[in-house]
Amino acid sequence: MDPISLTTDSLTIDSLTIDAARTAIQQRKTTALALAEAHYARIQKEDGQIGAFLTLSKERALEQADRIDRMAAEGKPLPPLGGVPVGIKDVMSTRGLRTTAGSKILESYIPPYDCTAVARMEAAGAVVLGKLNCDEFAMGSSTENSAFHPVRNPRDLSRVPGGSSGGSAAAVAADMAVVTLGSDTGGSIRQPAAFCGVVGLMPTYGRVSRYGLIAFASSLDHIGPLTKTVKDAAIVLKTIAGRDPMDATSADVPVPDYIAELEKPVRGMKIGVATEYFADGLDDEVRQAVESAIDKLKSQGCEIVPVSLPHTPYAIPTYYIIATAEASANLARYDGVRYSRRAQGVKTLSEMYRRSRDEGFGAEVKRRIMLGTYALSAGYYDAYYLKAQKVRTLLTRDFDEAFRKVDAILTPTSPTAAFRLGEKSNDPLSMYLADIYTVTADLAGIPGISIPCGQTKENLPIGLQILGKHFDESTILRVAHAYEQAV
Amino acid sequence: MKVTDKDVAYVADLANLELTADERTGMLRDLNSILEYMDRLNELDTTNVPPMAQVSDRYGVDESKAGSERFAYASREDVVEGLRKSLPHEEALANAPDADEDFFRVPKVIER
Repeated sequence: MDPISLTTDSLTIDSLTIDAARTAIQQRKTTALALAEAHYARIQKEDGQIGAFLTLSKERALEQADRIDRMAAEGKPLPPLGGVPVGIKDVMSTRGLRTTAGSKILESYIPPYDCTAVARMEAAGAVVLGKLNCDEFAMGSSTENSAFHPVRNPRDLSRVPGGSSGGSAAAVAADMAVVTLGSDTGGSIRQPAAFCGVVGLMPTYGRVSRYGLIAFASSLDHIGPLTKTVKDAAIVLKTIAGRDPMDATSADVPVPDYIAELEKPVRGMKIGVATEYFADGLDDEVRQAVESAIDKLKSQGCEIVPVSLPHTPYAIPTYYIIATAEASANLARYDGVRYSRRAQGVKTLSEMYRRSRDEGFGAEVKRRIMLGTYALSAGYYDAYYLKAQKVRTLLTRDFDEAFRKVDAILTPTSPTAAFRLGEKSNDPLSMYLADIYTVTADLAGIPGISIPCGQTKENLPIGLQILGKHFDESTILRVAHAYEQAV
Repeated sequence: MKVTDKDVAYVADLANLELTADERTGMLRDLNSILEYMDRLNELDTTNVPPMAQVSDRYGVDESKAGSERFAYASREDVVEGLRKSLPHEEALANAPDADEDFFRVPKVIER
């Protein structure tokens, strides 16, 4: 059955997937132009109350749509994302299109080049609708740290969409884009995916080039997709993955055919469950949903194996030391000279630096710069930064050990469903603790995916996280797909 | 209290931040609360545990090769415009808050 009925005068874009969109354009049931316009109409109607987009790129989108429509008219086979409307988190540089990182300090920054991941999406035919709101410099777990406006969860407007890729998750959840790109440094793709009820994939460190990604913490930053289905996540990953000479940290590892791998059976697969991820602080409804997801996979023939990740309770302090230390160095470049906002009426160079940064950065960014600078400063380097790097080794060894016994590990994505706007914004530490189940994968460099696994009594989505071995996205996509098909 | 007013002023100075009096008070409170939580890392004995700065040297590399040989794929010829052309002058200056035709302009650095 064709799930979507598409005609140029009556378009249904709810739950629209990549293949449905591309096929409809290829078969001339609709056009890329009509699809883009339908999404802009949805944005026009819905985004006033959600706040997912910061900048729309209509000219760029319609130009690309026209190119795809001409291909379809000539009967040429469309590329994998041909005519698919997408959104890009505003931490990825787009040539000629304002890129703010959610910060006042970059409020009028126009990049002179494209991020590799965006360029690869467009080369595969994607139509970029615009740039998506996020926590300032991707620092946050609720998107309340955007310098422009917060994003609201489409499932419940009194709740946050998660963060920092809150705009990317909300746009997909509200069908304002078919897929989006986000970035994940401590959970920023997976946690908002869980909060908004969509799929969010963080690939292995090095799998996707970060060239053109505005740096937060370089040893932890990843780019990945937020989508409506697991298959769409596989299609986008296939498009953006692979070595890029412009990013020395992008790995020289072959990219498998993720889409073909999806359909392989999961029977006999060993799935790890770690008690450390079901400890105090886990909401009962989330626990029940994840446990029933585990049962579901068991009934499909997966073997459930208990594993231990004993250093998990130390992940949050380790992460927040390393991430802030790296951020303090990366954000030194915003000096009001080359591309960032400059304070007016300053008399000396030093005053210009200080006042430009004071005026340009928001409270959380300043807090993290201060924390990171402190952790790196003389006298505290060994006690904080070096110590955290050593514990990072221990956390990574936990996973190495566990993955000797299992193919994937199942956990909740977040200890709770989406919280309310303002609920944690005055207590930075309580906000940091919301990342407890996601920071570990960033620290170890392993891939992770969050997929919807039911909802709370208040109809808030719950996320199931599946973690995998380095460069083994195929397995976690396969498990995620098997679960998705079963429910 | 671990962090004092003096520390906040010192670290702000290192980070090229000015911070208002209110911001300094808030920072003092937040840094102390966060660092107190981070001190739980001291529960772990990390003697003989090597620090981990990144993951790239551990996974997805050719293990038969040693050291920097593993990253030979990531190096390139040391030439001007090796991977892409340099930005044209006007593009490089386009986002500057203040520039002339050739240079970024900043307030006077040297007093005389």
